[in-house]
Amino acid sequence: MEIRELTCINCPLGCQLKVTMEGKEVVSVEGNTCRRGDTYARKEVTNPTRIVTSTVKVSGGKVPMINVKTQNDVPKDKIFECVRALKGVTIQAPVRIGDVVVANVAGTGVNIVAAGNVDAA
Amino acid sequence: MESYDLIIIGGGPAGLAAAVAARDNGIESILILERDKDLGGILNQCIHNGFGLHTFKEELTGPEYAARFIAQVKERGIEYKLNTMVMDISSDKVVTAMNRQEGMIMLQAKAVILAMGCRERSRGALNIPGYRPAGIYSAGTAQRLVNMEGFMPGREVVILGSGDIGLIMARRMTLEGAKVKVVAELMPYSGGLKRNIVQCLDDFGIPLKLSHTVIDIEGKNRVEAVTIAEVGPDRKPIPGTEERYTCDTLLLSCGLIPENELSRSAGVEISPITSGPVVNDSLETNIQGVFACGNVLHVHDLVDYVSQEASAAGRNAADYILHGHGENAKQVEILPQGGVRYTVPKYVRPEEMEDSLTVRFRVGDVYKNCAIATYFDDQLISRRKRPVMAPGEMEQVVLQKAKLAEYPDMKHITIKIEEA
Repeated sequence: MEIRELTCINCPLGCQLKVTMEGKEVVSVEGNTCRRGDTYARKEVTNPTRIVTSTVKVSGGKVPMINVKTQNDVPKDKIFECVRALKGVTIQAPVRIGDVVVANVAGTGVNIVAAGNVDAA
Repeated sequence: MESYDLIIIGGGPAGLAAAVAARDNGIESILILERDKDLGGILNQCIHNGFGLHTFKEELTGPEYAARFIAQVKERGIEYKLNTMVMDISSDKVVTAMNRQEGMIMLQAKAVILAMGCRERSRGALNIPGYRPAGIYSAGTAQRLVNMEGFMPGREVVILGSGDIGLIMARRMTLEGAKVKVVAELMPYSGGLKRNIVQCLDDFGIPLKLSHTVIDIEGKNRVEAVTIAEVGPDRKPIPGTEERYTCDTLLLSCGLIPENELSRSAGVEISPITSGPVVNDSLETNIQGVFACGNVLHVHDLVDYVSQEASAAGRNAADYILHGHGENAKQVEILPQGGVRYTVPKYVRPEEMEDSLTVRFRVGDVYKNCAIATYFDDQLISRRKRPVMAPGEMEQVVLQKAKLAEYPDMKHITIKIEEA
C-alpha cells in the first residue's frame, strides 16, 4: 500500500487529498469534500497531464517572440521534453494562431501550435 | 479640436471589451488610445493557459484571449492609436496625448472610459533593506523579458510574494532552465490561486514558505544572495529564523495597484481601499460621463470578469452619450461590513440601474463555512453559504432591480460575512 498526498485544484478550498494505492490501482481517496476532488485525485495519480506553454523565436516579424502551446494536454513527465524540443526553433512570420510549430512533440502525438498572431515586419 | 463621442484610455482587455460594447450599443465615433505598440495589454505577456474559461468555455493563453477581442475591434472598424501616451484628462473631458507621428494632440470627448489597468508594487514600496544591485525585478517585468523580448533575467532565483504572477514566473523560469530556490510569502496564506500553487510550484518541487519575508539583499553590482526570515503574527521577522539563499535574481510579486494618476488629475474620487475610482452602478465616477472598468477600477483575478465589467461600462457610456441621464437620480450606498473590504460599485441608483447588477468585492481574511449576507436597511434579502473565501479570490452578489423597487425608502444596502 502506498499513500500519495495531493492538493485539490478544483476550487479555493484546496482539500488535502490522501490517495491510497495498491500498485497502480487506486484503493481509496480521502479528504475530498466533493466528487470533483475524487475525479481529480484518480486522474492525477494514474495519468497526470498538463497543457505546456512556451515561446519560440520569430524571424521577419513585427515582434521577436511568439507564444506556443501543446494543442492538447500531454503527460506531466513529458513537460521538460516538450520545452527542450523548442530550443533553437525559429519560425518565419507571418504566423497565425493554430499554425503547427512542432509536430508530434516528444513522441506524445500532440502538436505544438502557435498561440498568437505575428504579422510580417 | 478633434472630437469623439467616446475616448477609451487603454487598449488592454478592459478597453477592448468596452469599445466593442459601446459600438454594439450605437456609438460610431470611438477612439482607443494605447501606449504600447500593440493592442491586448498585459495579456500579450501572459503566455500560460487558463484564460477565457467563463467567456469562451475553453482555456486560452493570454495572447489568444486578446486576439479574440482585437479581432472584434477590427471587424467593427473601431479606431485606435498605438504608441500613444495620454498625458492628461481634464474634468471637461479634453484628453491630451502624445505620440511620435502627431506630437501633442488634444481631443474632446463626450464620454471617457478609464481602462489603464494596474501596475506592480515596487521594491521601493516594500521597504526591503539591503543593497540595490541589478537583478531585482518585478515578476511582471521578468515575464515581459522572458516571454516577449526573449531574455532570461537570471539563473538562480528567489521570489518574494506568492501572487499569481510570481507563481507563474516560478514555473516559467524553471522551464527555461533557471533554478527557483524558494517562494517566500509574508502572509500565512498565499495570494495566488490553488491551481497555480500545485501546477507552478508543487509540480517542480519549489518550496513555498508562508509567513516569511526577505530581510536582506547582498551584492553590490549584481544580486549575490538574499536572506529570508520567518515573521510572527505582527509580520515582523523572528530573530534566529534567518536563512541565506545564494542567487542572482530576486523577483517581487507583492500586489498590484490600479494606475490612477490620470484619474486623480481629472478630479476623479479614488477609494483608499481599492486605489480605484469610486463608481455607481453604471461604473460612472463622480465626474459625469467618465466611466472606469478593469484593473484600474479594482484588481481582478480573472480576465473574464474584466471583460464582463468592461462591457457594462461600454453599454453605460453609450447610453449616457445617446440619452444623457437624470441629474439627481436617487443613490443608495452599499456598505461593506464584517470582513467585506469594499464593493464595486459603491452606489446604486435603483431607478437607473440595469435589470440586474453584479456587485464585486474582496474579503479581508480567510473565512471558512461562512455566508455572504445582503441587507436592504435591516431586512435580510439574501444569504449564500460559502465553504471558503480568501482575499485572493473575488466574490460577488447580484442585485435585482425589481427587488430594490420593493424598498422605495431604502437608505442603504449592507453586504457582510456572517457565520453560516
